[in-house]
Amino acid sequence: MGVPVPDPVSRPLTRPAPPAVATLVGAWLALLALLALTVTLAHVPLGAWNAALALAIAIAKALLIVLVFMHVRHASRLTQVFSALGFVWLMVLFSLLMSDALTRTPLSPWP
Amino acid sequence: MPIASEAGASARVPFADPAQQHEAASAAMWVFLSTEVMLFGGVFAAYLWYRHADPAAFARGSALLDAPLGTVNTAVLLTSSLAMALAVRAAALGRRRPALGWLAGTAVLGLAFLAIKLLSWRHEWTRGLVPALHAGAALAAQPRVELFFVVYFIATGLHALHVLAGVGALAVTGAALARVRDPGRWNPIELTGLYWHFVDIVWVFLFPILYLVR
Repeated sequence: MGVPVPDPVSRPLTRPAPPAVATLVGAWLALLALLALTVTLAHVPLGAWNAALALAIAIAKALLIVLVFMHVRHASRLTQVFSALGFVWLMVLFSLLMSDALTRTPLSPWP
Repeated sequence: MPIASEAGASARVPFADPAQQHEAASAAMWVFLSTEVMLFGGVFAAYLWYRHADPAAFARGSALLDAPLGTVNTAVLLTSSLAMALAVRAAALGRRRPALGWLAGTAVLGLAFLAIKLLSWRHEWTRGLVPALHAGAALAAQPRVELFFVVYFIATGLHALHVLAGVGALAVTGAALARVRDPGRWNPIELTGLYWHFVDIVWVFLFPILYLVR
């Protein structure tokens, strides 16, 4: 080519192999199981834990989809970092938002 | 077993080889998906704020939704993601016809999701739960429950638009896959897959926060 190409940080020299059918079907079954779990737990009164568990299950399902269906588990480090960035930003948004909501105290009326 | 890139396999300049081109395509698609995270993030933030302001109102609103129908819809979308992943896999292995079949299956399930969504919206309409347009007796006296439904319709409406666009993308991808010379080294189907899985992830979060608040 004549132009020296800089050595990339870390990338596979070959495309990642396609996942096995069993892996994909297994992930799908796990997702359906988590769906059944979250629906079942919604009918069990657990106070504040209901929301926390529902969120945890949703995160687990999202991780399954990202790592297995979207193949991020076997992607290069660059792709993995890129895949995480949007969610990191989301956490910044939620943190700053709730730091406002949770620290609002009613002002006392003027004397 | 990794698929070796052949010496002399063509990759477009400025890419060094097909593997790097594939990696660049995936990373770029993730940049786009990050902007989509930001788009939906705004809706989720609004939800977070208003639910924190009145959790009981959100629970009341959520109870008015058809949770069994929402559960079915979630299962439909999760299965469509499986079909999409199988389509991408088949294409990567150079199997054009199975890939097209799985793409069609994904599209059918996507359309089924939209049909069920339209059905549930219609059901909410007849029960007077659509804010502003049809604020009947059901919501007029409960402004905070009405607020829940504002968030509900914006969130599910925006998501449904994305599913519809995804079905369109599947059709375009399928048409192109039918004509491409070497499906085994064709990136676009994987990128369409990334988009479809992302739309699925959004629903995975929307479902419990809308339908399962108690």
